[in-house]
Amino acid sequence: MIEMKGICKTYRVRRREAGLGNALKSLFSQEYTEIPALRDMTFTIPDGQILGYIGPNGAGKSTTIKILSGILRPDSGTCIVDGLTPWEDRKRHVARLGVVFGQRSQLWWDVPVRESFDLLRDIYRVPGGVYRENLDRLTTLLDLGDLLKTPARMLSLGQRMRCEIAAALLHGPKVLFLDEPTIGLDAVSKLKVREFILEQNRLCGTTVLLTTHDMQDIDALCSRVLLIGKGQLLLDGDTAQIRAMAGENLSTEESVADLYRRFGI
Amino acid sequence: MGKYWSFFKMRLMAGLQYRAAALAGMSTQFVWGTMEILLYRAFWLEAPERFPMGMEALSAYIWLQQAFLTLFALWNWENDIVESVKTGAVSYELLRPTDIYSMWMARSIANRLARAALRMIPVIAVASFIPAPYGLRLRVSPAVFGLFLASMALMVLVVCAYSLFVYSLTFYLTDPNGIMVLSVAAADLLGGAVVPLPFLPDGLRQFAALTPFASMQNVPLRIFSGDITLPEIPGVMGLQVFWIVTLISAGYLLTKNGLRRAVILGG
Repeated sequence: MIEMKGICKTYRVRRREAGLGNALKSLFSQEYTEIPALRDMTFTIPDGQILGYIGPNGAGKSTTIKILSGILRPDSGTCIVDGLTPWEDRKRHVARLGVVFGQRSQLWWDVPVRESFDLLRDIYRVPGGVYRENLDRLTTLLDLGDLLKTPARMLSLGQRMRCEIAAALLHGPKVLFLDEPTIGLDAVSKLKVREFILEQNRLCGTTVLLTTHDMQDIDALCSRVLLIGKGQLLLDGDTAQIRAMAGENLSTEESVADLYRRFGI
Repeated sequence: MGKYWSFFKMRLMAGLQYRAAALAGMSTQFVWGTMEILLYRAFWLEAPERFPMGMEALSAYIWLQQAFLTLFALWNWENDIVESVKTGAVSYELLRPTDIYSMWMARSIANRLARAALRMIPVIAVASFIPAPYGLRLRVSPAVFGLFLASMALMVLVVCAYSLFVYSLTFYLTDPNGIMVLSVAAADLLGGAVVPLPFLPDGLRQFAALTPFASMQNVPLRIFSGDITLPEIPGVMGLQVFWIVTLISAGYLLTKNGLRRAVILGG
């Protein structure tokens, strides 16, 4: 169970006007602008749900994921994931968590994927039997086969993403965060990744929080959607509700675009 | 401890892949060592009585220096680490249940060992066949040789602890390049890389001996060549231990605090 209550986060960004004079001035006094990333974010995710987390660029999606993963501390508010506050109890929290970022690799780039996996086994202290079982299952479902012998840097994006997802699940986490897992993937890889996420959720009851800009991901996977903009929660419902709000005969994609316009985000 | 050991082994294996770099490095080191010895020989033949080290000790020093260059050269920085701190990507490493300082340490030691492992054997083998006083000979007792091995291990820790100290400063600076360049220059002069410390003038020599740089290659190379004698060894190795403890504590605290700041400010 994931509970977020009244989470606020503001970034301080240093800025100055262009030009030599202003550059000199900034040596003595620096101006900061406060950029609110999350304002009073509150939601609950029950165990076993696949939740889509959508919003335009800069809405606060990544900030939310970072806070939930324990690598960012909010200014105020509470957050409990399975009984732990992520940023207070980081090591214990991340040991039960899987995270995949579509835009950055978490594998060691210059060694065969299998070696990265074996290292993750030691890092998460996965017992040998459990590890072999998980590895076999993930290898079959994600069709890893020969990829395991290849160094991560030689993999195509689609192959790498399948390996990244397997790497995040080797220790059998109950909660999985996917930050744009299908970004840049071709149709076949996208379908494979989606199919796998559903399978994982069905078989293991893994709770999945998914951020994406691809509304087909949402259509295929998510029983519930949170729409955020400018750091605030704007809508909590399912895709049918989103389409209903936007009017007649629009696809989810068009409905969401319509909502972004309507909320002015 | 197990996970850091596994990580260490993985980096060591990965490091052993770079055969071409090792081959290129090896030939450079032969040429460099030969040139240095020819240079010192010219001075030595001129006035052997004014030499602060024996020619045999000096030759041993130079050949071991060439054999283990990549083990202690401070310019062997882990640029990936610096880059990840500069860009804030280091906070993603917090997604794993590991201690980042320990991971950095395991990785630094592994990379240095891997680079040195491929080069040292040919250099040592060939240098042992070069005739005295210009070759590499073991001239100390087995007990002192044992102490030499121990001080080599301590030296690796001093070098890595110093590197990690510099990486940890990156959390507080826009760019650590200045400190890295200065460190390399200081280590070249004060650590006995350009000339062995006995060749430095009075005053500078005593000052250099106290710096962390003198606890790097200077100590094991001079123990092996017999220039630092048995009664002096506990003092210099004690100083090595002092610098290891000091640099690890400072680096560890700076990293911990830097990461806490990153977690609060957001990368």
